[in-house]
Amino acid sequence: MTKNLNKLNIKEAKEGLKKKEFSSVELTKACLKRIKETDEKLNIFVTLTEKEALKNAEKADAKLKEGVELPLLGIPIAIKDNFCTTGTRTTASAKVLDSYLPPYDATVVKKVKDAGAIILGKTNMDAWAHGSSTETSDYGPSRNPWNTNHLPGGSSGGSAAAVASNQCIAAIGSETAGSIRQPSSWCGVVGLKPTFGRVSRYGVIAMGSSFDSPGPITKTVEDSAFVLNVLAGKDEMDATTSPKDIPDYLSNINKNINLVIGISEEYFKGVDFEVVNKNKDAILKLEKKGYQVEVIKLFDPKYAIDVYTILQRSEVSSNLARYDGIRYGNDRRAFSEEAKRRIMFGTHALSSGYYDQYYNNASRVRRVIIEDFQKAFKKVDVIISPTSPTVALPLGATQNQAMFGEMADVLVEPSSIAGLSGINIPIGFSNKDLPIGMQVIGPQFAEENVLKIAKDYENLTIEDEWRNKETEI
Amino acid sequence: MKYFPVIGLEVHVELNTKSKMFCGCSADYFGQKPNTHTCPVCLGHPGALPVPNKKAIESCIKIGLALNCDIPVFSKFDRKNYFYPDLAKGYQISQYDQPFAQNGWIKLSNGKKIGITRVHMEEDTGKLIHEKVNGENVSLIDFNRSGVPLVEIVTEPDFDDAEDVREYLQKLQQIVRYLGVSSADMDKGNMRLEPNISLRKKGEKDLPNYKVEVKNINSFGFVVKAIKSELERQEKILNDGKTPLQETRGYVEKSSSTVSQRSKEDAQDYRYFPEPDIPPLRWTINFIDGLKNKMPELPQEKENRFIKEYKISSYNASLLTKDKSLADFFENCAIDGKEFEINPKPIADYLINKKIVPEKQTPAEIIKKIKESSKVDEIDNEKLEKIIQEVLKKNPKAIEDYKSGKENAIMFLLGEVIREYKARIDTNIVKESLLSKLN
Repeated sequence: MTKNLNKLNIKEAKEGLKKKEFSSVELTKACLKRIKETDEKLNIFVTLTEKEALKNAEKADAKLKEGVELPLLGIPIAIKDNFCTTGTRTTASAKVLDSYLPPYDATVVKKVKDAGAIILGKTNMDAWAHGSSTETSDYGPSRNPWNTNHLPGGSSGGSAAAVASNQCIAAIGSETAGSIRQPSSWCGVVGLKPTFGRVSRYGVIAMGSSFDSPGPITKTVEDSAFVLNVLAGKDEMDATTSPKDIPDYLSNINKNINLVIGISEEYFKGVDFEVVNKNKDAILKLEKKGYQVEVIKLFDPKYAIDVYTILQRSEVSSNLARYDGIRYGNDRRAFSEEAKRRIMFGTHALSSGYYDQYYNNASRVRRVIIEDFQKAFKKVDVIISPTSPTVALPLGATQNQAMFGEMADVLVEPSSIAGLSGINIPIGFSNKDLPIGMQVIGPQFAEENVLKIAKDYENLTIEDEWRNKETEI
Repeated sequence: MKYFPVIGLEVHVELNTKSKMFCGCSADYFGQKPNTHTCPVCLGHPGALPVPNKKAIESCIKIGLALNCDIPVFSKFDRKNYFYPDLAKGYQISQYDQPFAQNGWIKLSNGKKIGITRVHMEEDTGKLIHEKVNGENVSLIDFNRSGVPLVEIVTEPDFDDAEDVREYLQKLQQIVRYLGVSSADMDKGNMRLEPNISLRKKGEKDLPNYKVEVKNINSFGFVVKAIKSELERQEKILNDGKTPLQETRGYVEKSSSTVSQRSKEDAQDYRYFPEPDIPPLRWTINFIDGLKNKMPELPQEKENRFIKEYKISSYNASLLTKDKSLADFFENCAIDGKEFEINPKPIADYLINKKIVPEKQTPAEIIKKIKESSKVDEIDNEKLEKIIQEVLKKNPKAIEDYKSGKENAIMFLLGEVIREYKARIDTNIVKESLLSKLN
């Protein structure tokens, strides 16, 4: 093996394990070694479960020896710290839950465990997932592996940075509005946000309950499809999961399908020049390959910010009410600034006399945004746009910026509000060597098409020079 | 009284489903060891989600149907946000503006119709226990009750009499027991009552500009007492030219009166909003029709049928249908009675007079006893003649009374004869021979 084992993607790691080129213990050790070398600087793991990981890797090796076949058998992955893990501290990067040991596994955690994955530990995030920088974590900011003076984005910043820095083979994140796609964009990795209701929220510490969508963060598009195969499906424990059939997300990505790509000018306004150019290049490449590109008109994404801010804060104010100081160790004084601000905002928005003006109006506009997308998807199959208006911003960018997250997520919020499927893929680097991302948005339950386009772009650019770039750290 | 009572009622009924409202834990918490019927969902753990109990929703809709409510095809759950240590999630899942059932009514025996505003579904809270542990006063929380399904039934402010409230409660209790959806035992807390009480001037139509809610009432008797004492208290205030405070008061058994608990200023803003964890529910007409078809015969229908089918008095019919098991028992006895040519009427009389408890006897046993008791001995005419003469001789006053038109006197004489005869004989024959002697 010329590559360090920790640099492998899922497909490669699975092949190597199958061919007995290395063991799961070796693979896991390579990741743990990388974590130890880099995490003092990157601050990605809130909790590292080294002992359990090695023990489970041994068990996985025994199973591999017996010829047991499981989708993720022996593959070391990282999990965002808002997924409950039995007996393993789960904090959502919030001091209130500093010592919380869940008595149960989130459905997603159960699924990856059942699929044989080795959990390395729990990754840093914006506290309670309130943010797009991982700078609001009560355990300090994580750093962007491409330039450690920059932020990884968020809220799944830890998971995205862990994949980018090869501390793991893949990671699990969750998106409320941008929290998978935006950090994936800033860290130069693939991040898939499934349709709301496609992947169970059971055991994910609730943020905006009507938006939260767990999903994979991976090194390749194929890996995301592969992990989605493991995660997707109706869960008896989550009433909002869909009973819709689950296709094999891998089977479509190499087929030839005719899809129409839509682009809307509104999603390129106010976006950094370099980001716009790289995205336009990428769309051109897809057009050259034979995809029809249509110009469509979508609502200005800025309207989504107001809607999202009101609905999400309202839900937050209710979701955080259970941390009342009676249980879970730390009381309400342990809430950080951002959480307090969101609780107050949401409480106000739901108060009698204000409910109609805020929550009700926002719900109505949410409906209008959903219809706007439905209209667009009658003409096109997917919509492509930049994921984030900027590349990764430097540390400290969130200071005194209460709306920082919303501004950074402006291009992903409309599709999150509408519960759509979407993916971020890396498409190159800026002058300052920071990754640039592009998103492909599809209708609800159209992950197959979204993955298909993303995979085609990946195939088209697999030999590009920028793909050989190594992280700074 | 210058004033006219305006009373509305909120009743909580705890359902007897196997599992809780939003998780798989057993809902049978009564008398169980604290915190043994719990899971991440009903403990409100981070990340846990509610999944509604279909059976409980069906029970709620059945109560709505029994109370003549409309069942909207679209309904949803909402979050009611407030802080209390026994409320695991910091909010209660309830229904705000789109309950499962609304706009119903119930008719009382005096013909008054009480409007049912709504019947909605929610979850119960945990229970606080205040006790001494190692010499220290502590408050403990038992979450066994947390998440047990509750149905809230709200009436219009249509009551003007405390006794009507009692009848309504008895009827409601009877209905939920007939439906088999709750044991509705007051002493187990399966049924909780909160009247809203106010007074308006006679002749006024608008609702008063205040109302007083009374809590801590744990029997139907106390609800009557609480209302009466509250009406007296409010009347005094009104007579002084003042308006009673809008507040929540608690009933105190010892003094049969109410005391202030919480004023309007402390009224909570519950910040209701749609529960994002549970998709809105949309029923098909088939689903609602299916429930309608599954509805058992309700007390009032049964009572009417008994009067018509068995030709028994409405008094007896209402007593027999009070409890479904007694009503069923009566019907079984009536079937058995047919074989022996015993009519339902004496069966009804027998069951009521002897206060028969269905579980303790079989219908066949009852019929046997009725048959025995109605058997008459052969009359010895000579003996009867002798006794009649003796009785007439002893009671000249009664004869006189009878002749002067007092019909009742004959009944007295009849009784005397039968008493003397000392056997079970046909009273009609006795009466006839008595009359022939007298006329």
